[in-house]
Amino acid sequence: MAMLTCRDLSFGYDGHSILEKLNFEVNSGDYLCIVGENGSGKTTLIKTLLGLHPRLGGEIKMGDGLKKNEIGYLPQQTPAQRDFPASVFEVVLSGCLGRCGLRPFYNREEKALAAANLERVGMAEHSSRSYRELSGGQQQRVLLARALCATGKLLLLDEPVAGLDPAMTAEMYHLISDLNGKDGITVIMISHDMASALKYATHILHIGKEIFFGTKEQYLGSDLGLGFAARGEEAEHE
Amino acid sequence: MNNLWNTLSEALSFPFVRYALVAGVLIALCSSLIGVTLVLRRFSFIGDGLSHVAFGAMAIAAVLHMTNDMLFVLPVTVICAILLLCGGQKAKIKGDASIAMLSVGALAVGYLLMNVFSTSSNLSGDVCSTLFGSVLYLTLSGTEVWLCVILSLVVVAVFLLFYNKIFAVTFDEDFARATGLRASLYNLMLAVVIAVVIVLAMNLVGSLLISALVIFPAVSAMRIFKNFKAVTVCAAILSVLCAFLGLLISIVAETPAGATIVCANILVFFLCSLVGRKVR
Repeated sequence: MAMLTCRDLSFGYDGHSILEKLNFEVNSGDYLCIVGENGSGKTTLIKTLLGLHPRLGGEIKMGDGLKKNEIGYLPQQTPAQRDFPASVFEVVLSGCLGRCGLRPFYNREEKALAAANLERVGMAEHSSRSYRELSGGQQQRVLLARALCATGKLLLLDEPVAGLDPAMTAEMYHLISDLNGKDGITVIMISHDMASALKYATHILHIGKEIFFGTKEQYLGSDLGLGFAARGEEAEHE
Repeated sequence: MNNLWNTLSEALSFPFVRYALVAGVLIALCSSLIGVTLVLRRFSFIGDGLSHVAFGAMAIAAVLHMTNDMLFVLPVTVICAILLLCGGQKAKIKGDASIAMLSVGALAVGYLLMNVFSTSSNLSGDVCSTLFGSVLYLTLSGTEVWLCVILSLVVVAVFLLFYNKIFAVTFDEDFARATGLRASLYNLMLAVVIAVVIVLAMNLVGSLLISALVIFPAVSAMRIFKNFKAVTVCAAILSVLCAFLGLLISIVAETPAGATIVCANILVFFLCSLVGRKVR
């Protein structure tokens, strides 16, 4: 059974539907990139998968023993977060919240898990620094470590490289690719960066006026894929 | 100096002055705790809005000749807090505008009602003391002080028990909800706590100056400290200190209690800014 199956999923917000009857599935170990124009509903789709927006129809099924609160989510940053007075460790530890249940404080294992995940993203030495003093790339790594605290199975990443410079972008992609390849964590990522999406992903979900779901190879063979990829390259050259 | 000490010890020999000190310090502690999350969530002005609602409710209670206006003021404020904080994302009129509307609207209605229906001979004095707090000492009865103590302890206990959850909801509500936290429940809890603190604080500094108790300690602490725990602890300490010193000064110098406390907070803010600049 697939880890995540969407059947005839309709989603949107405030009762307005953005997209109807979407079908796709994600298997354990997949690396799915969600691409599409601005405003095509990529973030809304992710939020619907997480249960932050109610779905307007269809169903989302989780398999492989995945529980609803075992998804690691890396949202887009809000302006308020960028100058939030919190230490790196405090932010990462908050990823363990789902494990606490009604217990008011974190236990030793959770603290160890947070430290281990900071190590994993190469931020261990910044543990006691303030989140707001970090560079954009470092902040994203911290948020990735937080997401890893919440899950060992599935990461949902909403434009993890937005606003990063090319070197940091490459590092971030490398890190995510390692988590997927070496640790076997399933990745669903929203991306604007077509070249990298095609480089790392195993599957592509294209949403918008036209919809495509399939492997990367199928996408590259389709008219939609060819057109979108070419446009992406043009934009990069400009 | 001796003279000052005499004035103080003489004043402190009155039970109502001691009550005022205890209540003032506790209220300051509670308001600084919720202040940290309010400021960080860009809800600094909710204190202002809600306190004006409480003012309006108080005016209505006075018009209806209620003997215990708390029973009316507290529920009304709680309901408004819930509407503001929990309806925030779906509302047609966005955050700051809805708070501002509620704030000035309640103020106007409250004053109008007091003006038209009041039987008091000293209307402007009544309005002034509701807006700016008691002119000199706080005049609280024993029961009011006990109510204050119990509610403050509840607020502090709630804050300590849910500290990690409050941090998560404040830092990133979407993420907290995605990991299974019932964020709406915590928002509701926070709204109730805020309303309770504001109604309590009205007696101390009056409804115009409450925002200062909520905002200043948090912002001052953020000048110096860079992690959430330190900011919270520092805000609580600063707020308690300011309230305590402010009240003592107001006794000695015979200045209005609320305004003196707020001025102490302003001073501390500038001191913290200086220290913060040195540290960086």
